[in-house]
Amino acid sequence: MAGPQSPKYIAERADQLLVEPLDAMTLIYQRRSGITHIVAEPVPEILAVMGGDALSAAEVAAWLAAQFDLDATDAEAVVATRLEELAALGLLERVRA
Amino acid sequence: MSVHEFRVKVGPVAFRICSAWKRPIDQLADLYRDYPTPEIPDYSVRLEARSPFRRFIRPSITLGGDYMLPDAAPLPLAQGLLAAEMAMNLQVALGWRRHLLLHASAVEKDGKALIMTGASGSGKSTLAAMLGHKGWRFMGDEFVLIDLVNGEAAPFPRMISLKNEAIGAMQASALDGRFGPLMIGTPKGDIRHLVPARDAIAQIAVSATPALLLFPSFGYEPAVREIGASEVFMRLTQASTNYVALGEAGFTTLTRFIKTVPARAIDYRDGIEAAALVNQLWDELA
Repeated sequence: MAGPQSPKYIAERADQLLVEPLDAMTLIYQRRSGITHIVAEPVPEILAVMGGDALSAAEVAAWLAAQFDLDATDAEAVVATRLEELAALGLLERVRA
Repeated sequence: MSVHEFRVKVGPVAFRICSAWKRPIDQLADLYRDYPTPEIPDYSVRLEARSPFRRFIRPSITLGGDYMLPDAAPLPLAQGLLAAEMAMNLQVALGWRRHLLLHASAVEKDGKALIMTGASGSGKSTLAAMLGHKGWRFMGDEFVLIDLVNGEAAPFPRMISLKNEAIGAMQASALDGRFGPLMIGTPKGDIRHLVPARDAIAQIAVSATPALLLFPSFGYEPAVREIGASEVFMRLTQASTNYVALGEAGFTTLTRFIKTVPARAIDYRDGIEAAALVNQLWDELA
């Protein structure tokens, strides 16, 4: 899936998000939209590793694999799906590869 | 034409109620006679005749006010007190922005608040009314108002709206209680209002620190269950009429509440079981 055509994403600026971990879920309030998102892992972890950089699913998976006990190749498909969902919610912006 | 007027302040909220008829205003003035009278109302409520004729012939009330539901059905004059109470609640539900509103009941002891929320029929209102006559201060059975800065719960002790079986139960247990007229066959069943106990009115401006949140369910074997923080969050956003409107202030107020106030679900079959569970959990957690 990784390749020159893979889309890249930029996360919402950190100062636009209020993040409150609860039990199994994490609340993310987005200041710009006024919407509260209720998310489960690995969404908070994805947003945390992305910082302000434009990254592809493969790059995000590699960052996550470096920090958590998972295989980057296995994680890539899951991460790609989550990134598209987060883009649809407005928490990420899809940018040109 | 609204020619009769009554003003009352309930907790932090000041109302002006105007009516084309004298009787609902007289009933309100009697029931709320010990409450403060505000100079400047936050909200106006109007009880108006559907048409000039309907002021006299089969009198029928149309509600007006700052915030209204467009398709609210008119009520007969005999239910004027209910109409006024419904309209007062509606102003707060739709318009209030100074606190986070939770659709809940609350009672207070030692400066700490027990807050109870749940669907209609869960018994939160009757429990608060009952506890209000058993050593607790009644703070309200419709809305709990959470301060956006310090998280304290402000009281909103309106008339207690007793429905159906709760009317007889409270008439038996609140022997010194002051009741309004019995209204039969309203859209909510039989309704009778009970004036909150003296201490609830005397301390109408005194807030309390939220210390325990309960989700009561009436009609089941007595039981206590823990509820996860994310489920509490989802239930309380559903129980709040202004969470979305408050934006970031609503988010920070509600998340602070959830992280600091222990929450349990309780099942009970009667008031004695409920009071025992409440006292046990209060001793353990509050």
